[in-house]
Amino acid sequence: MTELAIRARSITKRFGGFTALDNVEFELRPGEIHCLAGENGCGKSTLIKIINGVYQPEPGAQFDFSGQEAVGHITPSSAKRLGIHVIWQDLSLFPDLSVAENICFDAFVANPLRGIGRAQKLERAQKTIEQLGVQLDPKARVGDLSIAKRQLVAICRVIQAEARIVFMDEPTASLTQKETETLLQIVRRLSEQGISIVFVSHRLGEVLDVCERVTVLRDGKLVGTFPTEGMTQKKLSTLMTGKELDQTPRAGDVDGERMLVLKHLTRRGEYEDISFDLRKGEILGLTGLMGSGRTEIALSIFGMTSPDSGELRLDGKEVKFRSNRDAIDAGVAYVSEDRLNLGLDQQQSIADNTASTVLKELSQPSFFLNPKRIRELCDLWIEKLKTKVSDPMLPVSSLSGGNQQRIVLAKWLATNPKVLVLDSPTVGVDVGAKAGIFEIIRNLAKEGMAIILISDEASEIFHHTDRTIVLKAGRVARSFKTSEVSEEELEGIINA
Amino acid sequence: MDNKGLFTLLRKQSNDTLELAAMLGFLVLCLAAFSAIAPGFLSAGTFRSMAFQLPELGLLTLAMFIPIISGGLNLAVTYSANICGLAAAFLVKGLLMSAGWASLPIALCVGVGVGAVIGVMVGAMVAYVGAHPILVTLGAMIFLRGLGELLTRGGDISGMPEAFNFVGHGSLFGIPMPMLIFLIAAGIVLYIMQYTKDGFSIYMSGSNPEAAKYTGINVNRTLMLVYGLSGAISGLAGILMLARFNSVRIGHGDSYLLITVLACFLAGANPFGGFGRVLPLVVGLMSLQVVASGMNLLGASQHLSTAIWGGFLLLVMILRSPFLKKN
Repeated sequence: MTELAIRARSITKRFGGFTALDNVEFELRPGEIHCLAGENGCGKSTLIKIINGVYQPEPGAQFDFSGQEAVGHITPSSAKRLGIHVIWQDLSLFPDLSVAENICFDAFVANPLRGIGRAQKLERAQKTIEQLGVQLDPKARVGDLSIAKRQLVAICRVIQAEARIVFMDEPTASLTQKETETLLQIVRRLSEQGISIVFVSHRLGEVLDVCERVTVLRDGKLVGTFPTEGMTQKKLSTLMTGKELDQTPRAGDVDGERMLVLKHLTRRGEYEDISFDLRKGEILGLTGLMGSGRTEIALSIFGMTSPDSGELRLDGKEVKFRSNRDAIDAGVAYVSEDRLNLGLDQQQSIADNTASTVLKELSQPSFFLNPKRIRELCDLWIEKLKTKVSDPMLPVSSLSGGNQQRIVLAKWLATNPKVLVLDSPTVGVDVGAKAGIFEIIRNLAKEGMAIILISDEASEIFHHTDRTIVLKAGRVARSFKTSEVSEEELEGIINA
Repeated sequence: MDNKGLFTLLRKQSNDTLELAAMLGFLVLCLAAFSAIAPGFLSAGTFRSMAFQLPELGLLTLAMFIPIISGGLNLAVTYSANICGLAAAFLVKGLLMSAGWASLPIALCVGVGVGAVIGVMVGAMVAYVGAHPILVTLGAMIFLRGLGELLTRGGDISGMPEAFNFVGHGSLFGIPMPMLIFLIAAGIVLYIMQYTKDGFSIYMSGSNPEAAKYTGINVNRTLMLVYGLSGAISGLAGILMLARFNSVRIGHGDSYLLITVLACFLAGANPFGGFGRVLPLVVGLMSLQVVASGMNLLGASQHLSTAIWGGFLLLVMILRSPFLKKN
């Protein structure tokens, strides 16, 4: 038997009275691609931080690295000496430094006085870039790169620092399907070079695709480590949540009246000649790669941009929105794909965020905006959407991704919309919470709301929409009843 | 462990309550300290003189507060006040010397109106040109100063009708007029900021303008309102200064400029916008005035009280740091 890259046993971690990890075991083989799965708050990050030396476990924990027992505390620097590196979701790069400077950063930290020269940095960076077989300009400023490229810089950086074990926290959360594939290829190449990779990801499909084994945590306890062969998404999400998730595809025959009609809608440089209708009670999937025009169309429906030509009809009347306020007043709501920056004001309170779309209504009939009415509105929606909130006066940032998304839904449902546009509503939301969000969405459709679901995840489009429109380079490439295709076919169509 | 319990208790309170409690504690502390060391501090006379001195700084601080909440700054408050006073003084001296009491409301409307117009123009620059408020208001400040000096040739315009004297030095129901004006203005600002949809929009635009825009808040309109209000209050301060000194001189009150910023931050306004309440601001201003009057009574230099004000801000930052870390 080969020696394990990491064997960690009896790991327990308490924060005050809260047990984040309870007697957890974790094994990693050399060159293995391993997945660490579990819902938000299950202890994944805590485990990574312990192995990485950021947190100290409770006494009794045992660590073997490459067959040798670790003596004493692991610290972040001793972890690095053992070749353990973590690429956090925010990547921790320096946006104002060049690609080469970022890649060689650890070499500089190791020896700040005899820092390496510019030419040497470029040379080393170039070598690493070639080793990975990626396309990067070592002189480019990191801040100017796309998220996908920055991810590659972060990977190059740990390779340059001679990593043997790399933890990647949600590496694909903000990547498109295509970029994700590129990343996964690189990960496979690393594993061929004997480097072990541990993935933390909410996207179960890719987890099963790329990983050999998956370790599942639930509420700080180890559920088990399983080979991915023979594992299905459904089985994995059941292991993670401990619940069977209902994901029956929709029938697809909706004959409500036409709520939203687009006729030859065009905005130069963004989308061209887009025509479709959306009926009451229907969920329409709008899919395509990043840059296919899906968000741009949504922004025009929401009045943030005006189309150059074509017609937009809402509830039978032609509309021309001058601002999103017009669109909101007419009954359009838009859940942005960027919940952190655009969907919510993270610093402001949960109550204020919920009320922010309906200030005029709350102020009627006088000029008095009663804080009590804001609270009542917030409490009503917390109850309706079963959001877990300890105190509505806390900032929204105190909530988990799934609960934040419920607040976003609440603030838009408060406007009583006829058309709800959801742009990638499950980004950064874990499996259990995803199911909850879709339950809400499907109930809204049942009550007669017309819904557009923008997503590039085939399984979401497959399970939760009646019809699918695939966009390519700003045009409608295909339009079909979702139930006419299988999930695999859909996946192929989206990525074609 | 006791300390820890107290700390958790404090952390459970909302930030608004904490800031107000801190400012009240601060005021009580200042009052207690000066009653102990300054003989004759606790007298009606002291409080009367404070009530006459505070309102100028108070009004200018209110004018600074609203732009700070919106994530900006209005460096032009003092010179806007001067220009508004000047406009009113020109009008009164030119046309209304014989109008008696009627000159007062007209001057008030002109002053506040001119201030509002200046403010709305500044706000439009900030909103539609997209320049940083510091740059726009710095430009406006220097422009207004130059304009004012040009119009007055560096001198002052004085000799207002008797009615102005009442506003500057009279009392109504035993409350000095300047204080009454300040309290009414503070009340209006409190109402607008905390109990109207426009105020709500100012807070939201201040902490995340992009999210506010996506929520359907007209951020550009909100910014014009912010600077319009700020200008109008500056105008009111200008009229009050005109009444107190019976004259206008460009540059009067310019030493208050940074003190108004200090007072806003002292009372918990977030330098990046979005947070800060009116009540702690009013209480905080009162404690600054108590320090100034107390030091004056002790015969200390006025500069010493300025130094103490600065020290207070530093101290408050240190006391506040454990609460800032929780986010």
